[in-house]
Amino acid sequence: MSVESEDARRDTVGEAEVAQERAVAAAAAAATRTSSLMDVTTTGPGSAKPDPILVADEVRRSFGGLRAVDVGHLEVQRGAITSLIGPNGAGKTTFFNLLTGFDHANSGRWTFAGSPLAGMPAYRVARRGLVRTFQLTKSLMRLTVMENLKLAAAGQLGERFFVSLVPPLWRAQEAKIEERAEELLERFRLDRMRDDFAGTLSGGQRKLLEMARALMVRPAMVMLDEPMAGVNPALTESLLGHIVDLRDRGMTVLFVEHDMDVVMGISDWVVCMAQGRIIAEGPPAEICQDPAVIDAYLGAHHDEPGGESR
Amino acid sequence: MDFSVILGDALRGAISSDAAAYALMAIGLNIHFGYTGLLNFGQVGFMLVGAYGVAITVTTFGGSLWLGVVVGVACAVVLALALGIPTLRLRADYLAITTIAAGEILRYVYRSGYTEPLTGGVFGLQGFADEFYAINPLPPGRYGIGRVVFSERGLWILLVGWGLVVLATLVVYLLMQSPWGRVIRSIRENEDVARSLGKNVFGYKMQSLVLGGVLGALGGMVFVISTQSAHPDGYNPVVTFNLYALLVLGGAGTVFGPVLGSVIFWFLSVFLDSFLRQAIELGFVPATILAPAEVGAVRFALVGLGLMLLMAYRPAGILGDRRELALDVR
Ligand SMILES: Nc1ncnc2c1ncn2[C@@H]1O[C@H](COP(=O)(O)OP(=O)(O)OP(=O)(O)O)[C@@H](O)[C@H]1O
Ligand SMILES: [Mg+2]
Repeated sequence: MSVESEDARRDTVGEAEVAQERAVAAAAAAATRTSSLMDVTTTGPGSAKPDPILVADEVRRSFGGLRAVDVGHLEVQRGAITSLIGPNGAGKTTFFNLLTGFDHANSGRWTFAGSPLAGMPAYRVARRGLVRTFQLTKSLMRLTVMENLKLAAAGQLGERFFVSLVPPLWRAQEAKIEERAEELLERFRLDRMRDDFAGTLSGGQRKLLEMARALMVRPAMVMLDEPMAGVNPALTESLLGHIVDLRDRGMTVLFVEHDMDVVMGISDWVVCMAQGRIIAEGPPAEICQDPAVIDAYLGAHHDEPGGESR
Repeated sequence: MDFSVILGDALRGAISSDAAAYALMAIGLNIHFGYTGLLNFGQVGFMLVGAYGVAITVTTFGGSLWLGVVVGVACAVVLALALGIPTLRLRADYLAITTIAAGEILRYVYRSGYTEPLTGGVFGLQGFADEFYAINPLPPGRYGIGRVVFSERGLWILLVGWGLVVLATLVVYLLMQSPWGRVIRSIRENEDVARSLGKNVFGYKMQSLVLGGVLGALGGMVFVISTQSAHPDGYNPVVTFNLYALLVLGGAGTVFGPVLGSVIFWFLSVFLDSFLRQAIELGFVPATILAPAEVGAVRFALVGLGLMLLMAYRPAGILGDRRELALDVR
């Protein structure tokens, strides 16, 4: 009756060492990132990155006659913030679903940190360190806010059937997890709701909870589907600061966002999708001048965002 | 009308070994439905394989009762795997359809002519629990107070039955306040979230189905050992629905809900049975309206009515958390 112990390494090696491993990798990544994306010579769709963590090839998904996703080649730079923009129905969410194992592609290959992910069940993708959030918030209503966060921690001993029956075996780990959860709750301004059911939170608070929960996994890469939708401006600002912070510590972020101020403000790279295809990618300043992007997404009367100052 | 008789009967019913058997099965169902959100409509199937595992091993094959217990538990594990492997990856309704069908299929198979050499067919199997009563440490006599009295045999199965209930309740308590239970409850709330956080949802559902199924089988064993008789017609879908009724009444997703629910359920149904019989005997109810043979059916109708009233006034169940009802869906 043992839960799949695919993630045994994380348990045996111990959280501290894994964290340290990650920190080292992070420092290296941060070093490359700052210069890296400047070195990219081609900025068109499918451009090569110096150190891609995610590489997707020929990923296709149709619903009946509709080609929802048709991505030829995409590389996502490690340790950078990449935003995915595009009109409603462009296939962004569907692409997220495919990459994270929540939907099955008709064809295609993609690798994350060197290992192929296509056809892998969603929970294994998450254990590999690629964690996503949902555009339409999915709450665990009858779990408290605190429980929501604690659930997300990876490699919990007490999640195994027989171990769970002997509390002394998992209490210490649980206490550490709780400590980390407290920190995140504070940062996301959810600490006062700590013991409330998640179902009692407001729409925006649920978005926040979902993002905090994803970060609790300590992923190598997060994919956030419109994380700021419905979050008030002041908090958006502070959370963007947090995301930048995470990037600086080595996390890779891919996020979907319709607010161009946010996109221009924090992205290192922008990818634009329309009708399932990637029509443009490049640094933010370049992308908002791109005629294809203006045509398909921004519109001719789009105001120049004053994002660079953020 | 002698209320001391009615009340005595009802109290005996509330703590009877049947109530313990139902409590065990309901604890199993609570793990499925109350905590994991699995719609198992065939808990009676687990009860059946547990009961017959014992009966067939002893009566048909002349094996030991304890071997029978092991066989019964093993059958429950196999049944859980057989039901779970094809359906637990699919939407919740598939498990519901499959389990209700499996329960009925099992009943028909066990009562059919083909299997009669093994199962005794429509006649069932009797007299397979002597070994259990042989190790009864209680000296012969009558135990109890007032009208609530048991023989040493009755008390023995009572103690074992309720002992198992206490043990199962303790296990559920430990499990559900652990990280394992947290994953299980998160699956009930939204399995996609659990998946997105790296939890092997299928594996956890399977563990839940097996554990609850084994408790169902243990309930079935207590049920048949007390009467030394296994009869296929007792294992119809109504049993599962009664289990759901008493679980919701006590409070689904609470540790003591299924136990309290079972006690109340048996108290009420025996109370009504005894009450109606006396009322007919004493001529308060003319035989043209209600004949003694109809009491069984009317009693269940009244129990159903009582449950409806309780649900109207305590929709979360007696032990349920009312805060949960205030949660809206967004
Ligand atoms: N399960 C489905 N069945 C049929 N069509 C679907 C399904 N999921 C998505 N689609 C279609 O695929 C296209 C892409 O949808 P998707 O949700 O990926 O868009 P999106 O880029 O995330 O849009 P938005 O910005 O509005 O969130 C849409 O035309 C949609 O109708
Ligand atoms: Mg979308």
